[in-house]
Amino acid sequence: MADEVEIRQETDRGGAKLGFAPWADPAARPLVRFDAVTKRFGETRAVDALSLDIFPGEFFALLGPSGCGKSTLLRLLAGFEAPSEGRVLLDGTAIDAVPPHRRPVNMMFQNYALFPHLTVEGNVAFGLKQEGRPRAEIAARVAEMLALVKLAPLARRKPHELSGGQRQRVALARSLVKRPRVLLLDEPLAALDKQLRGETQFELMELQARLGTTFVIVTHDQEEAMTVAHRMGVMDRGRIVQVGTPAEVYEQPNSRYVASFVGDVNLIEGRLAAVGPSGLLIDSTVGAKLATNQRVEADVGATVWVTLRPEKLRVATAPPAANENCVSGHVAEIAYLGNVSLYKVRLDNGFMMKAQLPNLTRVVERPIGTNERVWLSWTPDAGVVLTG
Amino acid sequence: MRRGASSFNLAAVALGLAFLYLPMAILVIFSFNASRLVTVWGGWSTRWYAELFADGAMLESAGVSIRLAALSASIATMLGTLAAIALTRAGRFRGRTLFTGMVYAPLVMPEVITGLSLLLLFVALDLDRGFWTVTIAHTTLTMCFVAVVVQSRLVTFDRSLEEAAMDLGCPPGRTFLLITLPLIWPAVAAGWMLAFTLSLDDLVIASFTTGPGATTLPMRIYSQVRLGVKPEINAVCTLMIAVVTAMLVVFSLLSKQTRANSE
Ligand SMILES: Nc1ncnc2c1ncn2[C@@H]1O[C@H](COP(=O)(O)OP(=O)(O)OP(=O)(O)O)[C@@H](O)[C@H]1O
Ligand SMILES: [Mg+2]
Repeated sequence: MADEVEIRQETDRGGAKLGFAPWADPAARPLVRFDAVTKRFGETRAVDALSLDIFPGEFFALLGPSGCGKSTLLRLLAGFEAPSEGRVLLDGTAIDAVPPHRRPVNMMFQNYALFPHLTVEGNVAFGLKQEGRPRAEIAARVAEMLALVKLAPLARRKPHELSGGQRQRVALARSLVKRPRVLLLDEPLAALDKQLRGETQFELMELQARLGTTFVIVTHDQEEAMTVAHRMGVMDRGRIVQVGTPAEVYEQPNSRYVASFVGDVNLIEGRLAAVGPSGLLIDSTVGAKLATNQRVEADVGATVWVTLRPEKLRVATAPPAANENCVSGHVAEIAYLGNVSLYKVRLDNGFMMKAQLPNLTRVVERPIGTNERVWLSWTPDAGVVLTG
Repeated sequence: MRRGASSFNLAAVALGLAFLYLPMAILVIFSFNASRLVTVWGGWSTRWYAELFADGAMLESAGVSIRLAALSASIATMLGTLAAIALTRAGRFRGRTLFTGMVYAPLVMPEVITGLSLLLLFVALDLDRGFWTVTIAHTTLTMCFVAVVVQSRLVTFDRSLEEAAMDLGCPPGRTFLLITLPLIWPAVAAGWMLAFTLSLDDLVIASFTTGPGATTLPMRIYSQVRLGVKPEINAVCTLMIAVVTAMLVVFSLLSKQTRANSE
């Protein structure tokens, strides 16, 4: 049995993109800038004093629960909503006065919004016809785009004769064919089944890398955001609470909200007991002393929270040597998920902890059974200490 | 609810249908009567139709009515569609409820009042009454019906289609022509049919607002009937029933298609 667990999806994307980090470069000019933008609908603030920079060539994901203002943010950029306060800038110029049909930004709608009376071809050609391009050029670009999304054989069909996945491709082709500066995708994969969604995520990433277009994708699926995006912004009630690469957001959440929204987490409350040279000591409510090698902006005695990802916990059937960063309890539930198993452990004071172990062997009999006493332990760098 | 209809229900339906359609059935049958006497059956014949098509005044009135119905229906369709768009799209502007009420009021306004008020208006403006004044009057009457039909389609119209078109570089006006209109046209056409039928049928408002030289078919029939019912009248009424029925069938087919489209 492996007693040390480290499952982390590789979030650095393919070799070509390694080292792509314009957000870290102070000289880089953002392509899109939200400058203290507020959008009010009556009493609701759908977007609340939000500032955000998105860089050329970036794949940016907006992540947040339903109703937090993701679609509104995209619609502000597409021009369907005007900010109540603040400005939206594209390439350094304010575009608030530019109507949607003159913005070099295209959107893929949450419900695809395909024109039902036009064929696949007609849908894709629509944007180019509005530009008044010559017939031959339109035909060539439409054919190229349909080939890119593998829809060439269906060019003459009407949208109602397509499957959900095919419609999604038409919508994608239609919004890409004009070669926009920014492509906005509003939950583009929400209507697809899990398998197709996975495949399409990789196709989107490939397409984005190939075209170099800036993509802004909205999703409420954190796995999707982490899979496709260079950086993600986590939203809560109209505000962006954290922006960072998927790895930063996952490993260094800046609040309990982000920690619990992105991924599975154990949140342990405690009181800061001591600040030493090598880290913090925390008296936790689960009855153990927690040691971390982090620093926080808090005084001794302040309430803090330690977040521990389930896969960072060691599960053992005998007490480990150190008595810091170790709790003990009984296995209450085991969820077998195929590649991993999730153990729910009820600590002696009733607190529930989640630990995740990989299923390394094909044995049916689990090494640890329900109701067995186990010890959960972790290293000082496993937990993230939060003050809010 | 798949129980067989009780005999009471059947009787009620039969009685109701008879009440509605027996008079019309009698009219249609007697239009094929060979006898000159309206109430005596003299065998089948189409001679009244032949006489009808030789009756210059009657044909002229039919021509007036059809031109009037086509023209007023077309204007009413344009205005009614615009009103429907304003009502569904303009959001919450001040006085919206009042505006909605004002668009729909002619639906329930007694025709005598509509006719009389239009007559007063035309007199006040010193307009020569005739074909054009009836056209205006019928447009006023029918445009609210068009607005109702088109609005019922627009409320289920997916706005994101228009947004998608604009997003792809299509200005708002062109978006209406390229996206909205092709998708709502069955409702617009249905509205036109309804307006056409209403105009063709109208007697009251036309009587108030017309002038010399523009006698509509219902007016001609009415004035002739006052001198006694001729079998020829039965024939022309039968033709009108045929036209109106055809229009209503097309209208209901279009409405069905509208519903299918919006799903
Ligand atoms: N046109 C509008 N009028 C009034 N309120 C609106 C309008 N559009 C959005 N809102 C409100 O603004 C808030 C944010 O809406 P938004 O559509 O941006 O959410 P979202 O994050 O996209 O949610 P979802 O994941 O469900 O799509 C919601 O509370 C919503 O009710
Ligand atoms: Mg949304």
